[in-house]
Amino acid sequence: MKKTNSESLQGAQAIVSQATGEDKNVQDGGQFFWRNLEELNNPPDPGELAESAFPPVTSGWDDVSRRGFIKVMGASMALGGLTACTKQPSELIVPYVKPPEEAVPGQPLLFATVFCLGGYAQGVLVESHLGRPTKVEGNPNHPASLGSTDTFAQASVLGLYDPDRSKTPRKMGRPSTWQRFLGDLEGMLADEASGQGRGLRILTGTITSPTAATQLKAIQELYPASTWHQYESLNRDNVVVGAKLAFGKAVDTVYDYAKADIVLSLDADFMVSSLAFARPARDVASRRNPDEPDRMNRIYVAETNPSVTGASADHRVPVRSSDMEAVTRAVARGVGVQVDGEDTVEAFDAFLQAAINDLKAHKGSSIVVAGDAQPPVVHALVHAINHELGNDGHTVTHIRPVAARAENQTKSITALTEAMKAGEVTTLVMLGVNPVYEAPSDLGFEDAMGSVPNLIHFGLYFDETGRHCHWHIPEAHYLEAWSDARAFDGTESIVQPLIEPIYGGNSIHEVLAALAGNAGMRAIDVLQEYWKERGLLTDDEKAWRRALHDGVIAGSAASPNSIDALSSRKRTSTSITSDLPAPAPAAEGIELNFRADPATYDGRFANNGWLQELPRPITSLTWDNAALMSKSTADELGIDTQRGARAIEKAPTVKITKGEQSIILPVMVAPGHAPRSITVALGYGRMHGGRVAAEDGKAVGTDVNVLRTASASWTVADLDVKRTGAIHMLATTQHHPTVQEWDKIKGRHHYREGTISEYTKHPEHPGFVHEVGHTPPGDMTLYKQKYDYSAAGTENAWAMAIDLSKCIGCNACTIACQAENNIPVVGKDQVLAAREMHWIRVDKYFEGDVENPKVHNQPVPCMHCETAPCETVCPVGATVHSAEGLNQMVYNRCVGTRYCSNNCPYKVRRFNFFKYADDKEEWRKAVRNPDVTVRYRGVMEKCTYCVQRINRTRIKAKREGNRPIGDGEIVTACQQVCPTQAIVFGNMNDPDSKIAKARKSGLNYGMLAELNTRPRTTYHAKVRNPNPALNGGGAGHPEQSSDEGNDHG
Amino acid sequence: MPQVFGPSANTLAKFSLVVFVFLAVGGLCALDAIHRSPYVRYTELPRSQPVPFSHKHHTSLGIDCRYCHTTVEDSSFANIPPTRICMNCHNQIWTDSPMLEPVRESWRTGESLEWVRVHDLPDFVYFDHSIHVNRGVACVTCHGRVDNMPLVWREHPLFMKWCVDCHRNPEKFVRPREEVTNMTWEWPDGMSQAEEGPKLVEAYGVDQRNLRLTDCWICHR
Repeated sequence: MKKTNSESLQGAQAIVSQATGEDKNVQDGGQFFWRNLEELNNPPDPGELAESAFPPVTSGWDDVSRRGFIKVMGASMALGGLTACTKQPSELIVPYVKPPEEAVPGQPLLFATVFCLGGYAQGVLVESHLGRPTKVEGNPNHPASLGSTDTFAQASVLGLYDPDRSKTPRKMGRPSTWQRFLGDLEGMLADEASGQGRGLRILTGTITSPTAATQLKAIQELYPASTWHQYESLNRDNVVVGAKLAFGKAVDTVYDYAKADIVLSLDADFMVSSLAFARPARDVASRRNPDEPDRMNRIYVAETNPSVTGASADHRVPVRSSDMEAVTRAVARGVGVQVDGEDTVEAFDAFLQAAINDLKAHKGSSIVVAGDAQPPVVHALVHAINHELGNDGHTVTHIRPVAARAENQTKSITALTEAMKAGEVTTLVMLGVNPVYEAPSDLGFEDAMGSVPNLIHFGLYFDETGRHCHWHIPEAHYLEAWSDARAFDGTESIVQPLIEPIYGGNSIHEVLAALAGNAGMRAIDVLQEYWKERGLLTDDEKAWRRALHDGVIAGSAASPNSIDALSSRKRTSTSITSDLPAPAPAAEGIELNFRADPATYDGRFANNGWLQELPRPITSLTWDNAALMSKSTADELGIDTQRGARAIEKAPTVKITKGEQSIILPVMVAPGHAPRSITVALGYGRMHGGRVAAEDGKAVGTDVNVLRTASASWTVADLDVKRTGAIHMLATTQHHPTVQEWDKIKGRHHYREGTISEYTKHPEHPGFVHEVGHTPPGDMTLYKQKYDYSAAGTENAWAMAIDLSKCIGCNACTIACQAENNIPVVGKDQVLAAREMHWIRVDKYFEGDVENPKVHNQPVPCMHCETAPCETVCPVGATVHSAEGLNQMVYNRCVGTRYCSNNCPYKVRRFNFFKYADDKEEWRKAVRNPDVTVRYRGVMEKCTYCVQRINRTRIKAKREGNRPIGDGEIVTACQQVCPTQAIVFGNMNDPDSKIAKARKSGLNYGMLAELNTRPRTTYHAKVRNPNPALNGGGAGHPEQSSDEGNDHG
Repeated sequence: MPQVFGPSANTLAKFSLVVFVFLAVGGLCALDAIHRSPYVRYTELPRSQPVPFSHKHHTSLGIDCRYCHTTVEDSSFANIPPTRICMNCHNQIWTDSPMLEPVRESWRTGESLEWVRVHDLPDFVYFDHSIHVNRGVACVTCHGRVDNMPLVWREHPLFMKWCVDCHRNPEKFVRPREEVTNMTWEWPDGMSQAEEGPKLVEAYGVDQRNLRLTDCWICHR
């Protein structure tokens, strides 16, 4: 009997929906993810979707007729073949004259050194090819690194070769020499000597270097009336003052997150921005192993701006910066500290009660931490809370400040500016700082400089400050000069250079030596003199060499009980809070928060293309700063946030005014931002940062420092915010094409998440990791499989597993991959056209209420599918499979049809639409990794599982008697840098390897596995540990029995 | 109306069609021939160097290849000797020779000698010397009789096909590892490449499962 049309249609629909997994039963129970506001409320209509897939920026050829097009194409076809008709040019081969002993051409050398940010050290191992540093890795021996680094350390190697760095000393802006400077300096100091140095001022950033501290002391002794000031844009004044309020003197606090069961963060983005760099993330991750449910910690975060830490929290509330004090007082009162304040904050009552109860239940094994931007009273309260909870001495230890002089730096620079204005300063030496850009705007530092007869600037760039000075001296990069530094726990390390100053810079120690009357002394001599006195540098140099080799000076970590004043003063939480001011009244009106930028930090990295193009956490913004606010605030301001598929890019701008000063910024809704609050990033609008920071008179982003004053350097209240009506294009990658059909998330489940209780009930088959659709059985495929991937066919079968419980979305993997694989920077226009070239990206999905959504981070590298859809469609065979399971991309065969990218369901393939990789400038050639091809225009590229590392180790193992490759011997760049070690890579045919065990886990799943791609890159579903008392803390599916999975079998 | 084209136009048309085909094919053949010629491939072309270094002379003195090409067994890059290695001997022998003046000058001033590279693969080929030497591929297999070269020339055109011929059948070219630098070595009587080759391939662990020696990423990463 013939079926009627409607019947057969229904039947067809049933088949289609079954194949695509659209199970009508999982309608509202399934997760619903959204990536931006349009998708949340208005599912995009097909026309708009098409527009977003092919951004208007790419439709360039408006006025070419068909005839003209054919003409051009015909000519190109004819000429195209001829470009290959060249002879390979003859090359020179140039050996050393006297080769360095250890240098083996073709093998890189690793040197241990230290990367400092804000003065604090992060140990790194730097890979050097024939004397050129090309890649930064973490130093497993260093407490702040443990083998990982943050994004700034990864990008620092690009800064080394930056052609915009200052290349010559300048006198009055005109090139001069170091010798002439020394001569002039001698004269200046001779004048100062008569007045005991009354007019001499030295301004630096935060100094932790023991050598520099000693030199500064020597200068002080030589010029007793001179003063040394410190100022950093991202200073820790509030922490220092808070500690003084609590303990009577400044302390540094070391948090041991590995021992904490409960963590409460009050606006502290401790996972990525702390003095300990990658360490807190690693420690927290060690307590988030789903296979150790008893050790699983719980993280509560109260923050203003959605951050990486907030995204990985089990419970998060958006709290205005001005309201944080009330929240802290409520927590303090809740745990038993006697302070004034309310018992709770209405809006966050449930959160607070749950957090307080959890904290009280885990006395001695919890951590409460406050962000640097919070006022001193909050820090003091937090000290009291930690003390009351018994954390002191266990999870929280106080040590003598690591910085040579912990002080209120804003006060310091204010005093300096006053002295300058009063005409008391005759010689001002600024070392490694940029006060014209960074100093609080109300001080008028730039004008005050006019009253100083001798201005000396020492810095990496001829920047905003250098231009105003009589003398500018180029600074040597940390990879070029000897120094030393201390880490967050006091560990001392030597900063070891890898290369002679490329642009002729000097070390800070040489300048300080000249100030101390030892002009001409080299940095290494100054350093060795100091360390000889400390006993490290002995005649046999053994300890010195060991320190240089290890990257740390053994036994130099500060001991926890080194604070005499604290132990002598009877410490109780009451004594800590005895000097606190009364609770501050709640601030009405919209507040403005200044925060460090995840890319430029405080502006010093504004010229670093890698960092500018790195999608920021949560917002995925690149090449700009924006006024981040919640949707409710945007609505209040009359900003229409939903105007089409690409509204996120065409951002309306607002003018933020306080008093006389104002700034104009584009608006970006950061889902989860506190209401009536705006966050802006520092470090933009630099006109003299270099060609990346400012091009053709237009700077990247907006300088927000004009609103930052000495009294309100983190939060400004009572602003006037108005729409301007103008539009500014924001390049964000948030809506760029990503994994296929992620939006039909009901049934697709790219990102799977569950709670620890769900997992422990069925660890082999957790309900939230159930199969989707019908994954075809193991050997069923349309195409004949060429290779035997079992242990009989190949020793090594490379695979990768990414643990979503550990990934925090910090983007370190993205930038490490960029550094390792010579990935080009494409610029803002191309990012707007969705052509960013990152081989591994972190996809972000939001779930839930737009005012406080859950944030899901998922790193997506190439899946190296065993039955790769890209391989079958390449017309020229440029992408084929290897014997060990890698999907190979052969650049020299690629002709650029882009069919492979079309077919890839994960959209991990990146095409070189233009010649993004520059082949002309010499310095670019120096920074590149010689083991990786630099791709030309017209060629597709993608993640290679770091095949250069695989090949090198495989050949090494074969050379060494065909031994098997050990587990962990090959480490991909992304795996190596990840602060939480979320990525596991290795040989899945080795039953003892970590990857083989990871793949057996019940949490293991392949993304889009139902498409029969058989990805080698798999994920471990995220497991959260929500407080059962809090509703809505759980994620993922409602409780399901494990039979769910069997139904589909 | 008078015809524009006379009867001979037909013949001309057919003739020119045939000629065109011949030209096209001939042109392609010529291009191919050019590409395989010594002009493009640099074969049979002794390259002039800043110093007329004679491998023929130095090998006749009994110096092993690895004395100068130091990293050929440990690294992807075989290395040519730094000036120091030349001066090891030449600060005692031929100390006044005008031919060696560039070497002495390099030693004095610290400026490297700029040799012309004879065996140069395209930049998209990542060749690893150490694995070849360790697997029993002799120097003479790829570089020819360097011990007979007063000036070095490229013996083989280094086409990909030429490399792949061995990668597909390594048993045809592999010899005992100890004899890798021996330019005149041959199998002793009673043994032949056809017999011993496969045994050596097995012994040295050259893995040919899954056609891995012809994986693209072995060389083109």
